Amino acid sequence: MEGLNYIGAGLIVIGAGLGIGRIGGSAMDAIARQPEASGKIQTAMLIAAALIEGIGFAALFAA
Amino acid sequence: MFLFSFVAVAQHHDEEHAQHAHELAVEPVSSLRDEIKEFINHHLLDSHDFGLFSYENEQGEEVHVGAPLPVILYDSESGLNIFASSKFHHGETVAENNGNYFKLFHGKIYKTNASGAISYDAHHHATNVKPFDFSITKNVTFIFLVGLLMFLVFTKMAKNYKTNTMPKGFGRLLEPIILYVRDDIAIPNIGHKHYKKYMSYLLTVFFFVWIVNLLGLTPVGINVTNNIAVTLSLALVTYFLTTFTANKNYWKHIFWMPGVPTPMKFLLAPIELLGTIIKPFSLMIRLYANITAGHIVLMSIIGMMFIFKNWIGSPLSFGLAFALSLLELLVAALQAYIFTMLSALYFGSAVEEHDDH
Repeated sequence: MEGLNYIGAGLIVIGAGLGIGRIGGSAMDAIARQPEASGKIQTAMLIAAALIEGIGFAALFAA
Repeated sequence: MFLFSFVAVAQHHDEEHAQHAHELAVEPVSSLRDEIKEFINHHLLDSHDFGLFSYENEQGEEVHVGAPLPVILYDSESGLNIFASSKFHHGETVAENNGNYFKLFHGKIYKTNASGAISYDAHHHATNVKPFDFSITKNVTFIFLVGLLMFLVFTKMAKNYKTNTMPKGFGRLLEPIILYVRDDIAIPNIGHKHYKKYMSYLLTVFFFVWIVNLLGLTPVGINVTNNIAVTLSLALVTYFLTTFTANKNYWKHIFWMPGVPTPMKFLLAPIELLGTIIKPFSLMIRLYANITAGHIVLMSIIGMMFIFKNWIGSPLSFGLAFALSLLELLVAALQAYIFTMLSALYFGSAVEEHDDH
């Protein structure tokens, strides 16, 4: 059953990738709409991405 | 803060190596791929000496180029033992100090007899006495050096502000970064009223993590932040600062949050309490995992050169390694930023006043 580890790791990466991709995409949209708020949007984006990444890594270690 | 990490590094170091020694002992190096894997694993670990590189000379002997570091051991039987790690000869010989014998076995120090015999149990773990290892290892040395460097640079810069309003020389590069930490990390997250008392920690952690990450990208082969003990101690400082400077309001929001129906309060309080521990835990894992992952990928790409063994391998490996190094430069700064940012966010939640909402 060792192979399941790798499948789990793959799923985690897919999930985290989708999540961070969505954050990045939404941040791009937001910056395009309000370029003057890009600094604030960037900060919020990085925090959200970091949180998802944290969970992703925690799960990767468990896998 | 630094003192705390030294001890943590030295002690954690033990546990990590115990597992590792086991893995390495079971799998003998058979193929090139295993050799590369072993080399990467070796790179990721802390060591008792500062080795730059090693090669085989014409007589077929292995020559190590590097510097020995002090080894500090303590156990109840033989007391304190301090000697240079060159006595181990990279694990090849037994080190003798005041009639006690020690052997470096897979990066871990055991007490042995004069011949250096190591006995095993059924699971191939060494059963010899393991002294407490407070050695100044490679990581500890560089934590010291970075601490000293930061102390010198920043005290000089601070002194300069007493006579001038403009920074001079290197300070001109640092001033915008310091102002950035204050104006874009500390003040928006903590608030005007309380940010000052956290600034010293936020600046320290930002520059420490950044410098150490950047040093990890140099070819001297040090990697302080991919030791989980270092990131653990950094995260613990954030945790303690949050917990001990927290006001009434913070605890109220954890144990008896306003505006929530009473039965739900009992349900939410344990979760909120757990959350206070998960926050620094994620800080620890994030920094550690990001830097470790970067190092592993970078070294695997360099290892491709030896696997391909044709004209395509070298340029491909070089190009990828170059691109990844640039990305790692960004990650080094980004992780320092995120660590500082999230610390500031947690401090902010700890000192938030009721009317700040």
